[in-house]
Amino acid sequence: MSGPNTDYDPVEVTPLKAEEVEAARDAALAAITAAADLAELKQVRIDHTGDRSPLALANREIGALPPQARKEAGQRIGQARGAVAKELGERQTVLEAEHEERMLVEETVDVTLPTDRVPAGARHPLTTGAELIADIFVAMGWEVAEGPVIEAEWLNFDALNLGPDHPARTMQDTFWTDPGTDHLVLRTHTSPVQARTMLSRTPPIYVVCPGRVFRTDEYDATHSPVFHQVEGLAIDEGITMAHLKGTLDHFATQMFGDGITTRFRPSYFPFTEPSAEVDLVCFVCRGVGEHDGAPCRTCRGEGWIEWGGCGVVNPRVLAACGVDAERYTGFAFGMGIDRTLMFRHGIEDLRELFEGDVRFTTAFGTEL
Amino acid sequence: MKAPVSWIREYVDLPAGVTTDELAARLTALGLKLEAIERPGDQITGPLVVGKVLTMEPEPQKNGKTINWCTVDVGAANGTGEPQGIVCGAHNFKPGDLVVTVLPGGVLPGNFEISARKTYGHVSAGMICSARELGLGEDHDGIIVLSEGAGAPGDSAFPLLGLDDEVIEFEINPDRAYALSLRGVAREAALAYGAPYRDPAERRLPEPNAGGYPVEIDDPAGCPVFVARLVTGFDPAAPSPDWMVRRITQAGMRPISLAVDVTNYVMLEIGRPIHGYDADRLQGPIRVRRAREGERMTTLDGAERTLSVEDLVVTDDSGIIGLGGVMGGETTEMSDTTTNILVEAAHWDATSMFRTGRRHKITSEAGKRNERGVDPVVTQAAADRVVELLTTYGGGTADPGVTVVGLPPEQPTITISYDLPARVTGMPIDAATTVANLEAVGCVLEKGDTTLTATTPPWRPDLTDPFDLVEEVARIVGYDQVPSVLPREATGRGLTREQRLRRRVGRTLAGAGCVEVISFPFVGDATFDALGLPADDELRHTVRLANPLSSEEPAYTTTLLPGLLKAAARNVGRGAPGVALFETGTVAFPADRGPAPIYGVDWRPSDDELAKLFEAIPDQPLHLAVVLAGERERGGWWGEGRDAGWADAVGLVRRLAAELGVETDVAAAQRMPWHPGRCAQVRLAGPGDGLAIGYAGELHPKVCQAFGLPPRSAALEIDLDALMRHARDVTPGPDFSAYPVAKEDVALVVDTEVTSADVESALREGAGDLLEAVRLFDVYTGEQLGAGKKSLAFALRFRAADRTLTEEETAAARDAAVALAAQRTGAVQRA
Repeated sequence: MSGPNTDYDPVEVTPLKAEEVEAARDAALAAITAAADLAELKQVRIDHTGDRSPLALANREIGALPPQARKEAGQRIGQARGAVAKELGERQTVLEAEHEERMLVEETVDVTLPTDRVPAGARHPLTTGAELIADIFVAMGWEVAEGPVIEAEWLNFDALNLGPDHPARTMQDTFWTDPGTDHLVLRTHTSPVQARTMLSRTPPIYVVCPGRVFRTDEYDATHSPVFHQVEGLAIDEGITMAHLKGTLDHFATQMFGDGITTRFRPSYFPFTEPSAEVDLVCFVCRGVGEHDGAPCRTCRGEGWIEWGGCGVVNPRVLAACGVDAERYTGFAFGMGIDRTLMFRHGIEDLRELFEGDVRFTTAFGTEL
Repeated sequence: MKAPVSWIREYVDLPAGVTTDELAARLTALGLKLEAIERPGDQITGPLVVGKVLTMEPEPQKNGKTINWCTVDVGAANGTGEPQGIVCGAHNFKPGDLVVTVLPGGVLPGNFEISARKTYGHVSAGMICSARELGLGEDHDGIIVLSEGAGAPGDSAFPLLGLDDEVIEFEINPDRAYALSLRGVAREAALAYGAPYRDPAERRLPEPNAGGYPVEIDDPAGCPVFVARLVTGFDPAAPSPDWMVRRITQAGMRPISLAVDVTNYVMLEIGRPIHGYDADRLQGPIRVRRAREGERMTTLDGAERTLSVEDLVVTDDSGIIGLGGVMGGETTEMSDTTTNILVEAAHWDATSMFRTGRRHKITSEAGKRNERGVDPVVTQAAADRVVELLTTYGGGTADPGVTVVGLPPEQPTITISYDLPARVTGMPIDAATTVANLEAVGCVLEKGDTTLTATTPPWRPDLTDPFDLVEEVARIVGYDQVPSVLPREATGRGLTREQRLRRRVGRTLAGAGCVEVISFPFVGDATFDALGLPADDELRHTVRLANPLSSEEPAYTTTLLPGLLKAAARNVGRGAPGVALFETGTVAFPADRGPAPIYGVDWRPSDDELAKLFEAIPDQPLHLAVVLAGERERGGWWGEGRDAGWADAVGLVRRLAAELGVETDVAAAQRMPWHPGRCAQVRLAGPGDGLAIGYAGELHPKVCQAFGLPPRSAALEIDLDALMRHARDVTPGPDFSAYPVAKEDVALVVDTEVTSADVESALREGAGDLLEAVRLFDVYTGEQLGAGKKSLAFALRFRAADRTLTEEETAAARDAAVALAAQRTGAVQRA
């Protein structure tokens, strides 16, 4: 504003009188106060401090004054301009704050509007459940082993002490590939993964094997020809049934909460000896058998839930898989992941896991 | 196995006050798993008494039925002592018979309350009961007729029918075949309580002699022992005693006739299946041999069977008269006129029994026991018990001839060190406990300093290995005594890279709004047809199942799409406006590399043998598939919604590849089930060397229609294994410049068929090292371009690592880019 202005021709140079300077100053201050918004204030700024404003003009004339008059005029005009500038700045701050406040109010939206433009996805509870189980074991230093679902008969049966005439081969009704002479099956358990692990590694072995398995069961609320299993195998020096119990207790507690432990009942599996069924303290009634004054529905009043099978690895299996049975012992266990999750989440009908209804699966989208 | 508690108690002195629940729990803890406890009497209250039929008047009814108007003496049970008038629809009784009568006020199973009511013109004051009405089985052929002298009119019928008894049903594991008899169950009960046990198979036996029916065994391995006893003058009309009928019924079998019931009863009692022949229909000596291939016989179930050389058969001069140990033959079957019975008790090789049963698909109570292994020592005792019962209740005479051919095999011995049970179980089991428990299960021990040698009891063919003895010792100590100890900390390597990548893939897709599905991997031709696959398509070359669940889906799938498409249609059918589904799973392609070998199990196969085994297994890559159907983005206050389309599918593949750090590119392809003009083949770029890993795009309209999906549904399927194999391992730190960016936009007109990817790669190459990024931001077609032309607008970003680019440098790079695009694709820059 105070730069050279070549358009300006100072023909008549008359220094303002003190009263005139004061009047110009007062007019400016009044206009500033009167400015209602930033636009008006901008105009006030132009009118009262612009190049053609009285105070600016007066300022410009100072140089033309006789030296003795300059000082006084300069002081007077400088003070007036300073007062105006200050007031302008203050007013600007006030008006800006007012403006911002008004604008924020005006921009208010209804934050309760829906925002679900792309519906949420979710992983399947069998996937997250298997991962949860894997993580429990990985945290203990175990590894997760996997294998093919179409498997060699020898690995699914023979190597696990299920010889060709073993009655257990009919216990597990097996899908065979065609022709049967190919000696391939859809694995009836994830145990062949255990066999593969023993065949390919030397102890110590601590592996957990989750995966899909097949049996020719009818499809109903509690049975499926396709289901999921997790098995565990530990082979090391000095492994006992006590380690099996400790491991399963830990697993049960991690999966279902404190106080949920296991119980063993004698049973029979060709690949383990001694063998046991594992029951789980019912996590609904906590072993009492009653819940809300009625027999517990989850465990049918028994206080225990059948969870799976387990035992000490049969030395015959160790021999077939090349593990030195004199030096090492092992334990193995297996249970249905589907069944475990049905308990954990109170799923009533197994088929819901395989129908693919998004309403079912998205409900599990929060599972870790 | 159903075991009546009263029958168990006959052989074991259980402590007073032991309840059935307790007994069942103790036996479960020993390994006989409780399946159910039956308390038939629980369902019945009120006067259920013995009645004697005084009169019965048949009265034909208009509806064609004939009812009997009966008067029944129920003693003082009705309070008056007067005969009770009862209408009965059954006809299998006569005046003088003792029947089971429920009087008014009684309640039968199903909460069926009995009251005097008017029916068929009479007041029927009660009911004469059938077995089914009392919940005692399915037999509804007539009412129960009690044997003569079973009780006096007015006596409670509860004890006569076993209604005051309880029956424990056990699930018997294959290794505990001995528990398929009361002899075995009672032995376990004695073990559970340390109670005295009386072996029902222990009896004084007549000496074998040469006067019995001639028997020869050609195959002593298949049939080590054959006992034959003859009963003559048997009365085929003699009824089975009530107690026998009751126990057979309680055990879940059907009473048939005295001769048959006796053989079944002894099987239940001792565990040895018995066969009875009509001796008058036998011709000449009995011979046991293996069948000749293709020989035929008719078993007593009427089925004609073609035999194999592995089947054991019983023959006489007429030919084959029985499938040994599995089922008798029709020609020598006992009938209701049989008076001379030849009793066969034989010990059979279990493996043979199993194979024959499986080959001929015969499951029978006898077969079930023979194939699991029966005590070979009790063969003669079982035959003798049958003879005793037949002669006692059927009025016959035991022939003095006693044929016993063969000897029971010797029992094996097992040597273990005393501390083996402790070492295996982790329980503090001392030597004394080991000894006591092995003796308790029937082992005969020879005790050394550090080891013991056990001769196993003949009823335990399952005991063959040292660890079998460990289980016996441990189960008696109690599995509840096993301490809970964590093994030492293992030093695992954590999840494998592939396992972590799979989690990432799933999370990426879920994050993109896709919902995971797990479907059954079975497929059939109809599905391949619905996918529009040509007849020679490689996906139709499947691993087929010998015994599929459904003949419609006889193969393991080669593609994940069918399951997903069906699930998507199901969701749409259930009202979902749109679905995005994904599945990861293995598919299978036949190896066609010959059968998988079967090796021995005594030692590890060699590495070469294992390699051969692994090679025979079908290839089973992990696939990923996604189906996007209907609404992909919802409409709302923000604007219109948007349906899924080809770009969503291709976009997901690109996003996944980016997540895994894999360089991919896509090219137009024609592949069913995709739309021929909207299908992209996904290929690995860079180090992947152009390997095609799958397809993405819009589904063919016919496929959408076939699966009931909305038009323009999109899908992708890729070989996830291949993608993951090329995932970036260690990410190198990026190097980027802090100098200013220079932006240039170019619009290039090309022929419609030129792909944006080709133009872009030309621009990229032509622009040189200064180019930081290229991005296509607009595609335009219109009249001013002319037919067959399109304009592609690209934003180019240039930046140098070491300086601010001058306008001249930027322009030169841009011009070079455009020039190469022009040369390669005929692109012309729009003014």
